[in-house]
Amino acid sequence: MDAGTLIVGASQAGLQLAVSLRDAGETAPITLIGEEPHAPYQRPPLSKAYLQGSTELEQLWLRAPDVLANSDISLVTGERIQTLVLKDGGPSGSAFTAGGQMMTFDRLALTVGARPRRLEAPGADLDGVTYLRTADDATLLRELQSDAESVVVIGGGFIGLEAAAVARAQGKSVTVVEAADRLIGRAVAPVVSEFYRAAHVRRGVDVRPGTRVTSLAGKHNRVQAVELSDGTWIPADLVIVGIGVVPRTKLARQLGLDCAGGIAVDRYARTSNPTVVAAGDCTVQPNPLTGSGQVRLESVQNAISQAKTAAATLTGRDVPNDAVPWFWSDQYNLKLQIAGLSGGHDRYVVRGDIEGEAFSVLYYREGALLAVDAVNTPGDYMAVRKALTQGATISADAAADKGVALRELIVPQAVGA
Amino acid sequence: MPKVVFITLDGAQRVVDAHAGESVMAAAVRNGVPGIIGECGGNCSCATCHVYVGDDFSASVGGANDMEDDLLDLGVADRRDNSRLSCQIKVTDELDGLTVHVPAEQ
Repeated sequence: MDAGTLIVGASQAGLQLAVSLRDAGETAPITLIGEEPHAPYQRPPLSKAYLQGSTELEQLWLRAPDVLANSDISLVTGERIQTLVLKDGGPSGSAFTAGGQMMTFDRLALTVGARPRRLEAPGADLDGVTYLRTADDATLLRELQSDAESVVVIGGGFIGLEAAAVARAQGKSVTVVEAADRLIGRAVAPVVSEFYRAAHVRRGVDVRPGTRVTSLAGKHNRVQAVELSDGTWIPADLVIVGIGVVPRTKLARQLGLDCAGGIAVDRYARTSNPTVVAAGDCTVQPNPLTGSGQVRLESVQNAISQAKTAAATLTGRDVPNDAVPWFWSDQYNLKLQIAGLSGGHDRYVVRGDIEGEAFSVLYYREGALLAVDAVNTPGDYMAVRKALTQGATISADAAADKGVALRELIVPQAVGA
Repeated sequence: MPKVVFITLDGAQRVVDAHAGESVMAAAVRNGVPGIIGECGGNCSCATCHVYVGDDFSASVGGANDMEDDLLDLGVADRRDNSRLSCQIKVTDELDGLTVHVPAEQ
């Protein structure tokens, strides 16, 4: 009997891979297995609308379970794959669940995602110290937050700042502690980091860059205060830890696949064993803009794009994952939209009004357009995304003039640029 | 539950039960309506949930908001007067029976 494709990880990438396989005309069985007890759902709203309580999990489903069943995609929830074995190097093999069940497969895809990095400090295991990755995490946090008065967010990245914005909007006293000297340092340039610091401060958040949490203290095993590296103590009846994620590579390493800060894949989502594909937050891949250097992209856009690539690879078509990366973050009334990758830029141009909270920053390297960070300026975001998708550019000198719409400035990339 | 009717290119009708308060895009994606992608989950960031609102509903649904306007201009293949991003259309009981046409490409 045909065992079909096993997709490990009922994530955004896993769901997309399953759907894309069916869309491509695949008729063999497809099994999508995940350890969470829920049908695949959207994660981004967990730190936004879901945390605020303005949406329910069912409304975040990526596909209703009966729709998956109608597509003949077998969804298995609440089961963790513990061991994977390839037969004669693949593509077929066997999977064993934590519950001791065996499943066979003809082809294997890993969409296992990443887990939150754990805080290492005395007291980090107290009740009230929370993480935010899964729907269950968000549900717990949402409950705890309703009773909390003083919230300390550890980590000034996107998750931390979005959670801080929700807590502040609910009237909590909020402190953000970030070890680096600026916020969102891995994703945006200093000018945007400074904007977000000031924007949170304006809304009453106590932002502490360049500061670490050295210990947490509590009573009856419940957190009450956090000690900072400068020796101060801050009251905290709720702590939200958002200090990054660690890609899940255990299963890949069992199979002897190359891993380097994630499961290494090529532009076609093939792992170092070309019969096994991987997609989403668990992977590192060639930079889709430059083609050189490995990047790990934690985004919905990459999960979807790479999963489509992986499905194509499994069905014998070569469709490289070289889509222009994009990303967004909602904090208060601030909508940040990012297109491209700004790492390695040597020049940037600010367009618009930073104080007025509507501006964009265009990034360049050797004159070539790399990326945009757009705050409340969706037209600028979309224009740069379009230019990058077309391989076109926008002159840095012209872009600074807010009087001209960016879309009017898109020109073909100069030869040799 | 309000219903939303999606009409695909080949003229086929797909009727979906939606929750009042959610977006037309969310109802479409959850139910696997072909041609509505909604990659960004309704954040006005991807322009992959473009629809043409049926004539009978264009007045009650209204036109594109500021956020949506640039995405429609730059992000969709064939913008028309009745173009909307379906993530920006909220389902209400009053819009029961809302009919939208799915474009040729997103």
